[in-house]
Formats: sequence, C-alpha cells, structure tokens
Amino acid sequence: MRDRKEISGNIDWTLVFLYLALVIIGWINIYGAVYNEDHSSILDISQSYGRQLIWIVTSLFIGLVIILTDARFFSTFAYLIYGSTLLLLVGVLLFGNTVSGSKSWFHIGSFGLQPAEFAKFATALAMAKFFSSQHINIKEFRTRFIPLIILGVPAVLILLQNDTGSALVYSAFVLVLYRMGLSGNYLLFGVFVAVLAISTLMVGQYYVMGFVGALAIVLLFFIKRNRSNILNLAGLLLLALGFIFSVEYAFDHFLGDHQKTRINVLLGKELDLKGAGYNVNQSKIAIGSGGFLGKGFLQGTQTKYNFVPEQSTDFIFCTVGEEWGFIGTTVVIVLFILLLARIINVAERQRSPFGLVYGYGVASVLFFHFTINIGMTIGLVPVIGIPLPFFSYGGSSLWAFTILLFIFIKLDTKRASLL
Amino acid sequence: MASKTLASRRQSLIAIFLVVGFVFIIRLFYLQVIDESYKNSAQNNVLRYVTQYPARGLIYDRNGQLLVYNEAVYDLMVMPSQVTQMDTAEFCRLLDISLEGFRERLKKAKEYSRFKPSMFEKQLSKETYGFLEEKLYRYPGFYVQPRTLRKYPKPIASHLLGYVGEVNQQIIDKNPYYKSGDYIGISGIEKSYEELLRGIKGIKVRMVDVHNREVGSYQDGLLDTIAVMGKDLYLTIDAELQEYGELLMQGKMGSVVAIEPSTGEILAFLSSPGYDPNLLVGRVRGKNFKFLSEDPVKPLLNRAMMGQYPPGSTFKMVNDLVGLEEGVLNTKTRYSCQGTGSSPIRCTHSHQSPLDVYVAIEQSCNPFHWNVYRSILSSSGHGSLRENYNNWRRHVMSMGFGKKLGTDLGNELSGSIPSAEKYDAIYGKGRWNAMTVRSLSIGQGEILATPLQIANSAAVMANRGFYYVPHVVRASGDSLIRSINYEKVTSTIKPQHYEVVVEGMRQVATMGTARWYQPEGISMCGKTGTAENPHGDDHSLFMAFAPAEKPVIAIAVVVENSGFGSTWALPIASLMIEKYINREVKRKDVEERMINGKTY
Repeated sequence: MRDRKEISGNIDWTLVFLYLALVIIGWINIYGAVYNEDHSSILDISQSYGRQLIWIVTSLFIGLVIILTDARFFSTFAYLIYGSTLLLLVGVLLFGNTVSGSKSWFHIGSFGLQPAEFAKFATALAMAKFFSSQHINIKEFRTRFIPLIILGVPAVLILLQNDTGSALVYSAFVLVLYRMGLSGNYLLFGVFVAVLAISTLMVGQYYVMGFVGALAIVLLFFIKRNRSNILNLAGLLLLALGFIFSVEYAFDHFLGDHQKTRINVLLGKELDLKGAGYNVNQSKIAIGSGGFLGKGFLQGTQTKYNFVPEQSTDFIFCTVGEEWGFIGTTVVIVLFILLLARIINVAERQRSPFGLVYGYGVASVLFFHFTINIGMTIGLVPVIGIPLPFFSYGGSSLWAFTILLFIFIKLDTKRASLL
Repeated sequence: MASKTLASRRQSLIAIFLVVGFVFIIRLFYLQVIDESYKNSAQNNVLRYVTQYPARGLIYDRNGQLLVYNEAVYDLMVMPSQVTQMDTAEFCRLLDISLEGFRERLKKAKEYSRFKPSMFEKQLSKETYGFLEEKLYRYPGFYVQPRTLRKYPKPIASHLLGYVGEVNQQIIDKNPYYKSGDYIGISGIEKSYEELLRGIKGIKVRMVDVHNREVGSYQDGLLDTIAVMGKDLYLTIDAELQEYGELLMQGKMGSVVAIEPSTGEILAFLSSPGYDPNLLVGRVRGKNFKFLSEDPVKPLLNRAMMGQYPPGSTFKMVNDLVGLEEGVLNTKTRYSCQGTGSSPIRCTHSHQSPLDVYVAIEQSCNPFHWNVYRSILSSSGHGSLRENYNNWRRHVMSMGFGKKLGTDLGNELSGSIPSAEKYDAIYGKGRWNAMTVRSLSIGQGEILATPLQIANSAAVMANRGFYYVPHVVRASGDSLIRSINYEKVTSTIKPQHYEVVVEGMRQVATMGTARWYQPEGISMCGKTGTAENPHGDDHSLFMAFAPAEKPVIAIAVVVENSGFGSTWALPIASLMIEKYINREVKRKDVEERMINGKTY
C-alpha cells in the first residue's frame, strides 16, 4: 500500500492530463469525421469511433500496467526490447501484409498490428541505455557512431517496408544527440542543407549554384585571405555545388513519380488539384472553411462527405479545423506545445541520464509527428503519411504512443534514484 | 562537467517547438480567418445545383384556340461512376440502340466526367419512358430528367411561331442566363418573345458526398426555388383564317398577310410553301431542318416579311396620293391613253381615253400614272427634280414603305424605296430624270416591298391615312385584354385624298380588274398587280381591304411566278376576305380551283 501511494504521489499529473485531453479531443473528432445517423451509438464497433474507444480503454490499461511495472525493467531490458522489435520489423518484411503500398502490417484476425509504431519507443529505450553507459563522450567517434547504428537499423528496415514517413521519424533523434552535446553546427548545417535542397528544387540547380558561387566570392572579401582559408572556402564551395547537383540528379533519377509530384505540388511548381494536390487542397478547403469559430460539432461537410481522404487517420486535423475553427486548431496546437515543453522540463529533472535521454527521445518523436502531420494538412510540408499522436484513428499508433509516454511517466516517478 | 551548459540547450529546443507552433497558428489564422476562398470551395464541393426546367408558355390565337402546347419528354441521364453490372442487352432493346451505341455513349460520358451526369439519350418519348420506367431500378447510375417539348395541334403558322432549340456555346457566352442544355426560341415568336415564354428556371440545392451521391437537401430546401412556367401568349392571328389561307396557298409559292386596319393586328401571316412545325421539334429536328433547308423551294424562308417584290400596280394609288397631296393631280385631271402603243410605258388594257384618276386606278392605266409621276417630279414645287424626288420618297415612306415597320417579329426586311443618292450612284449626279426612273410610276424598277408592307399599305388606305405598327401578339399572361400598345403612324397625305383612291379601288372591284371576284355582300376595295420579275415569270399580286366604309380586314397576297394578279392573288384574297367576314365561303368553285391550283 505504501508503495502504491508513493507511485501515485510521484506521477506527473500534468503529463497525464495533457495526454487524456489530447486522446479525448482526438476521439471526439474521429466521431465527427465519420459520424452518420445510422450508427450514432458511440459503442458501435462497426464504426471507427467505436473501435477507437476500445483502443483508448486498452491504452489506459496498458498505461496502468506500465505504471505498476518496476522502472528498472525498462533500463535492464532496453536492448532486449529493442532487439525484439527489430526482429518484428524483419518478420513483417517476410510475413507481413501490404496495406496501401506499405508492407508494414501483421494481421491477426481482423486486427492489424504495425511493428514500426512500436519500434519508436524501443529505439528511444536503446538510445537511453546507450547514453547511460560509461565512457560517453560526444567528441569521440564511437559515441557518435553507435547511436547512428541504433537509429539506422530500424529506419532502414522500415524504409524497406516502403513506409518512408515512419522511417523519417528517426531523423528526429538528432535533437537527442544535440542535447547530449552534438555541436549546434550540425543542426545549422542540416538547416543549410535543407535550404539548399529546397531552393534547388524550386528554382533549378544553376540559379542556386550561381548564388552559392556569388556568396563565396563575397565571403572572400571578409575572411583573412591566407592559403588555408582560401582552400577551405574552395572546398566548401565544391561540396555545396556537388550537393546541389546531386539533389537535382537524385530528384530526377531516384524518386518515384508520385513522390516527385507531391514535392512539386508542395513547392507550388505544379497545380494538380485532382491528383497529388487533391489531398492537400481538400484538406485546406476543410480547414479553411471552418473559419474562426468552426461549423460546429458534427456540422463539417467536407470531412463528413469524404472530400478529405484519410479523414480519421492522417488528416484528422481537418475535422478539428472544420468543426471547431481557428479556436479549435489553436487549442490543439497549444496543448501539443505544452506537452512537448513539459516533457523536456520533466526530462531535465531526471537524475539518471537514462531518463533524460529517453525523455528527449519521446519529445523528439512526438515533435516530429506533430510538425509533419499538421504541417501537411495545412500545406506547409509534403504529404508524408504519419499519424497525429493520440489523435489519429488506429490501435497500433495509439498503443505505441501511450507506451512511449507512459514509460517516461513511470521513469519520472523514480527520478530521485539513479536506476 | 559540460552537462550544466548542455542543460541550457533545453531552451533552444523549447524555442524550436514554440517557433513551429507559432508558424502553424499564423498559417491557420490565414487559412481560416483571412482567406475567404476556401469557404467558397467548400460550398462548391458539397453543393450541387440541380436545374428545374420550366415549361414554356402556351400560345393561343385571337379567339383562344390553342396553337402551341408542351409535351413531356424525358432525357435519360447517366452518372458513369454509379453504373454497375447490368443487363446491357435488355437495356439496349428498351432504348432501341445498338450495343456499340451503348458503349460509345457510356465512353463519351466517362470522358466528360465519372462523377457528373451526362445526357445518355435525349428526349425519350412517353412510350419509351413508359417501358423503361418500371425497369430503371435495375440500371443503377441511370435516371430520367423530365423536359418539355413544343407540340402543335394544327400544322399551321410555322414561320410565324418559329421553333425552339438547344442553346449553343455562342449564346451561352453572350448571355449568362443560359446554361448548356437549355432551350431557347430560335425564330419567330419563340425568339422575339423568348423572355416571356421561357419562364424562370428553378434551382434545387442538394448536398452531395465525394462520389456525387445526393445525401439530402441543403438547409431543408431553404435556398431552393421553384421553376415558374413561362407566360402564355395570345396572338392576333385568327387560326381559322390562317389555316384557310394555307389551304388556299398550297402548291403555290408566295405569301398572304392580313391585318386588322383599326388596330394593326395581324390576322393571317403565312408563307408558302410552309412546313409542319412539329417537324422541327425534338430529336428529329436536326434531320428535318437539314432536309427543309436543302429544299429548292425554300420552305424555311419566311416570304411574308423576308420576300421582297416589286409591288407593281398595287403601288399606283401611292403615286396618286402623292400627286393629290402635292396638287399636281385632282379629280378633274385627265390624261389620255393611247392604248397599247402609248409611250414611254404602254398600257396593258383597252379602255376609254382620256381618263381621270378613278378610271385610271380601275383600269390600272400605265400612261396615266406615268403622267402623274412625271408631274410629281417636275412640278411639286420643292425646287429641283432631285428635291421633288426626295419629297415623293418622304411621302411614300410615311406609308410604311422602304423601312422596317417594327413588328414584334424579328428578321423583317425593309424593302426598298431608292434614295436620290442611289440614282446618283447609278447614273451620275444630275444625269437622271423622270424619264430615267419612269418605272417607279407603276411600282416597278428599283422599288421593293414585302407582302407585309403591301398589306400595311392596304391598311393605310382602309384607315384613310394612318396605320398601327402591325403585330402578332395582343396579350400575354392569363387574360385576353390587350396589354401591348403599338404606335400609330400617320402618313403625310391628308385623309380627303385617300377618299379618292379608295373610290378608285372600290371601282376595281365593281367594274375593273377584280369585278369577277367581288365577294357577295361585301364591299371590297382592291388593286391587282402583275409585277415584272427580272428573274422569271411575273408575280401575281393583289392588295385589298373590306368593307369599304368600315374596313375590318386589309390584305396582301403574292403568288410568285404565276402571271396576272387577277389569276391567283385576287381570287385568294377575295376568298380570304369572304372567309374572315362571313366565316364561310359560298363560292365553292373558286375555292376548289384555288385549292387545287399549282404554280410550281
């Protein structure tokens, strides 16, 4: 009994409250998105809101189980959990089912299971385990290389399933590395590379090359013109030009047609409202038509009559926008930002590096999903099919995000100990 | 240890989160609050505007007899996305189309849109629809849309009524009221009264889902509007007289126009050869139109106001009126006629000489009218010959010649009373004189008039000096009360001068060229004309009104290439007058001869 009390006393109720708020708002919107009068009972499991209710109840149960589990279990078996999910990822490649082009599902009866969703918390655990070991020095090659392996293996396996979106999630862990001491220059470098790549695709390689060349010449006047500086600058310039060239080349030769079109539509180079641009356009129409106050609960016409594709999974945010308006979307965004900030703050109060790194892993993954998913529905990011955490319809993703967050909440209850 | 400084990196991370959140909120504010275009797009996505087509207004004659009504037909529509496995063979049998035809149509519809309805088969008859209706549920994706087509209980007055067709792209571009698939009046009354007849289209606003399936009415039909049927029209036409005229004119090329002088109401308006207006309706219209337009006798041509003829001797009274008005002619004036050898224009009849204006009209004396015309041009007292000519022209045009009368039917031609400038262009300025234009004295030469204008000039004579603009519609809506007022045009000739020519015209019927066709008990005034036709045989003309004292009908008859006015035009006009005034014709022998006569 004494133990119970201690546990409940240490639980970070802010995180639990934010979690519950998002899950409940999410479910209300799934109900709104697929509502029809013939199936208005919320328990009707022939409808996705009925099934989502089952996922929510089971998730809460899973959360409870995690809270009752010994915290040391997660650090002790981190690599084992990680290894098992890798096996599942390999298994799904061999025995899995293909759903909308991605071979990423195990079907057990009528329920589908997506191992890629679970690989996220497993990877976060493995990262945490690695950084809590001795001899960690981010300046050493080993310390930088092993995390890349930990992230790279599941990412490649998921890429092989043809689920690019979920694979990209692993890039978010760069935020964890940054917190662990990776130079901020890497982040800046990443941003610079992204700017170069995007501008190349938008205006064509020769303009960007010309601009970079001009920039180098201007820089020449500002730096000390000694031999090594000039050589460095020349080297950087060559690197940049090579990169620009390879971006264009890769775009032309390696990407599939649908990926090219998606990117072109996003960059505004193509207007294809019935094809690749259809999703985004309909999504923007749904959100835009909501106005300031929204059309009201169950009053959304765009989502209800299926103009928006995937309206209960990847495009659930449209229902928020259409039925609850600018007020609703702002509330959801604020809730997410509060959750992320809270996770970071809670992570920082951990005494063990395991809890700290795991916390940053949770924040990174959630942040990536949040940014990509909402960004895509409002036309700021290419259409990359990943769910909005706690919101989107789907058992695997809700279970996985619940596990991800509740392990962190559990670890936090033991924040005073070093594990 | 560096962890203290690294701990500060959480600020950077939280800053990144805040930036992303902030960007999202700004973007959402733009999408949801500032930019209005998405709201419209949402409406267009979900709302379908289904047109409710109104029936066109009905058309009645002056006595309330129905001339044009509507018959329901059914357009078979298809929504390709909803078409599933079905018994295609049976479907084709029901529609009487081939399997290839079926595939062709479905392909065309799919190419237009899978989710929008296309016309599959136009205007199914009631019978076909009857067969199809019971089985339509077996063919998902197909449905019928009711439309109405014109129907004519009697095959008469086709040129006057005109016809209705589907709008073309040109019309749609010019007039935003019309949408693809709408009907519009293309000629005749259907065209000139289009805005009254067409009614008001209704709109049903329906909500549809992404597959274009209707999911209900929008806001419980708050925005729906009901189609309003077009206004009915009451014509001035006397259907019985019109039908009789068409009977008399069968086998002849030409035209009959009859006007009620006291109002300008057109009683009969026909062009021969005509056609059954039911031919230009619905699915057969295109085929029949091609057939009719290729016919060498031009049944589609509305000769009553688009045929232009030299008025010939029917024009002689006009010159007499100008002579009387200008004081170069009076009832005592006599000119001698040297018979058939007189110069420059020979007379075609043998009669007394010298003769006065009454006899000159009665006997249609050419030399007399040449002398009158020469006097008008030489001694009207307006100065030079050119000025006298212009003055003559002004008088003539005041009687409705050489200009469009402004009827409520479109496509009227103006005929021609040549201007002095036109003669300047032909002969050179100052190099033409009365001798040059002598043909005008007897209604030949450059003068052209439509049957409508000749009938109108008969009305001017009947009214002793004025006419109302001739028209064919007396009222619209639900009552017979005349609701449209037409302009009264007064000629430049004083009424007492008309009494002179009217007396002459009366003598034509009692002693002159028309004496054999004087309808019993009716005092007819008239004038024959035999218009020389440079392109072929003379046209036979007759203009008349009756009764002399209180005229109720003025009429012009033109029978092309058929010789003397007294041969065809006169008897037909006289039968028409008898028919209109007595409501029955006693002269069965004349009637029979006219009905059976053929001139082409």
